[in-house]
Amino acid sequence: MLDWLRRPWSDRRAERLLGAAALLPCIGVAAMIAFVAVQAWPTFAHNGLSWLGPGGNVDTQLGRMVTEPHPTAADYHLRAWPLLYGTLLITGIALILALPTALLSSIFIVEFAPKAVRRVMIPVVRLLAAVPSVLYGLLGALVLAPFVHDNIISASEIASHARKVQLTGEGVGLTAVVLALMITPIMVALISDALSGVPNSWREGAAALGVHKLRATLAVSLRAIRPAIVAATALACARALGEAVMVELVSGGRAYAPNLAEGPVALLEPARSLASAIISNNEELFGAPAVKSSLYAFALLLLFSAVALSVAAYLIKLPLRKYQVKG
Amino acid sequence: MASVFGAKVGGSTPRRPARGRGSSLREWRWRDRIVLLAAWAAGLMLCVVAGAIVLYMAVRGIEYLRPKLLIERPQVSLTQNGSGGFLDPLLGTLLLTAIGMAIATPLAVCTALWIVEYGRPTALARLVESSVEVVAGTPDIVIAIFGLAVFELGFLGPLSSSAPNGLVVGRSFIAAGAMMSLIALPPLFVATRDGLQAVPQHMREAAFSLGKTRIATIRRVLLPSVRPNIATGATLGISRIIGDTAIVVLLLGNTLRLEGQGQVPGWSILRGTGSSLTSYVFYNSPAGEGRAPQKAYAAAFLLLAFVVALNWLVGRIGGSRASGGMSGPMLAP
Repeated sequence: MLDWLRRPWSDRRAERLLGAAALLPCIGVAAMIAFVAVQAWPTFAHNGLSWLGPGGNVDTQLGRMVTEPHPTAADYHLRAWPLLYGTLLITGIALILALPTALLSSIFIVEFAPKAVRRVMIPVVRLLAAVPSVLYGLLGALVLAPFVHDNIISASEIASHARKVQLTGEGVGLTAVVLALMITPIMVALISDALSGVPNSWREGAAALGVHKLRATLAVSLRAIRPAIVAATALACARALGEAVMVELVSGGRAYAPNLAEGPVALLEPARSLASAIISNNEELFGAPAVKSSLYAFALLLLFSAVALSVAAYLIKLPLRKYQVKG
Repeated sequence: MASVFGAKVGGSTPRRPARGRGSSLREWRWRDRIVLLAAWAAGLMLCVVAGAIVLYMAVRGIEYLRPKLLIERPQVSLTQNGSGGFLDPLLGTLLLTAIGMAIATPLAVCTALWIVEYGRPTALARLVESSVEVVAGTPDIVIAIFGLAVFELGFLGPLSSSAPNGLVVGRSFIAAGAMMSLIALPPLFVATRDGLQAVPQHMREAAFSLGKTRIATIRRVLLPSVRPNIATGATLGISRIIGDTAIVVLLLGNTLRLEGQGQVPGWSILRGTGSSLTSYVFYNSPAGEGRAPQKAYAAAFLLLAFVVALNWLVGRIGGSRASGGMSGPMLAP
């Protein structure tokens, strides 16, 4: 056996072996979609498309399933809209906050930062991207949420909400801010790489026409890398949709759908996302088939959106290659 | 930019760059000045936030982290004093990292080698590349729940713990480590692939002209020259594994202590359940059951120290190349 390994390999055998290893990621992705879809099937079969619609409280619906070891069709009843709404709301606000911050700081890093500052900025962005999500969640829950509760929420707001939902400081707005902080470094890294890949002659052309540096950046560089910006946003969006632990810690952990028509107060109300619903119900994955199937259905939605977003990001970046702008 | 304005006009000493119109801030429009100010503010804000996180955690860490926490086993307790240290979670993190990297490194390196050096048929190569990209974009919670579905299969029972009634639970170090390898795969793959693509073609041609086969070229020429890239990718992969919570919570059983399964020493721990630093922090956070914020802060500080150290290591290994790109394998894709 050892002798067989030690003898020089023929090229054909090496190609086959390496190729077999390379196939594993493909098989993994296919298996992932297949396994999750199979496990999610019962809940879709019993609820149909109205599964996505509104109706009732997800928490109580999931709670009712827990006691059923042999569920009938009626026990699968679930309306996931509050979770979908919570996920989209948190992700949407986070993206609205993160995009301008990321654009401005990329411009700063690539075009305006003095060399010493830039040398600090690069590790800072790397560090912010590498901090574990549970740490962001811990700081959000133990430091920022009490701060919001003490300083931003007024007593009258707590009193007027007491009948609907308790305002503890943990809520949609805070979650979105922390989430924005988590996805900004990803976007900064991708956008500033694209920005520094813009050919210098393009900038020089703009400068020759008599515009100053900022105008040249905004009019030429930023326009040239528009696809990269959209792609970075798509990837950041995929990260944000799937963030489970931080959202579970900071968002208040209740499947409550904040009504944006109430104004800014809605941002203080709790919500729950698809991913955080999976992690908070993980103990019920055993012995409660209906809960299990529902959680796999949440995962399937997340998986599909992640696949769709990465395919979209790839397609959007294609035109960049034509100009040999790295993106 | 200076080259635009500072055209060389004869002589050995270059003339001082002539100041063009609009090169002084005072001539800028107010709107532009505000945008510039906002860019500075955004950039500095990121620095301040990172500094604040590190400083705050350092203060809390020095306040709560005691050496005896590192060597005491955790206990379920109602008071913070009685809940012991976090030896088991620390061991769990190390064990998970070892298993995950042991699977991910050869897989990622082989995949990258095949794509760059062979890569035929092209359609298959593209499929492999995009499936790594999909893995990179998949949330960890989805990977975790997928792992649960796989390791629950009856015939994989010997690899994971089972309930008293013989039902396969699908939670073990092996299960969690296998899924962790998926988390570490993309940065490793991207780092190796980029390194291989950066090896000049003439090095391969030189090896071929000496009569070496492709595989011999790979072993004697290419692998040694991409070693720093693999190291960078591995460091990034390790920092991803260390920081992941969802997979541990779902797939490692989240028992405070390492709980073996079966009789075989060593193997029983791999089959058994446990926890990691991240899940320990989660357990002791307001959302968990332990609710011991002091312990959570101490463990989180340790976690952050690991991440900062790994980050520094990436910068060191990256060295001269670090100035090139920021995303690179860090974010893979």
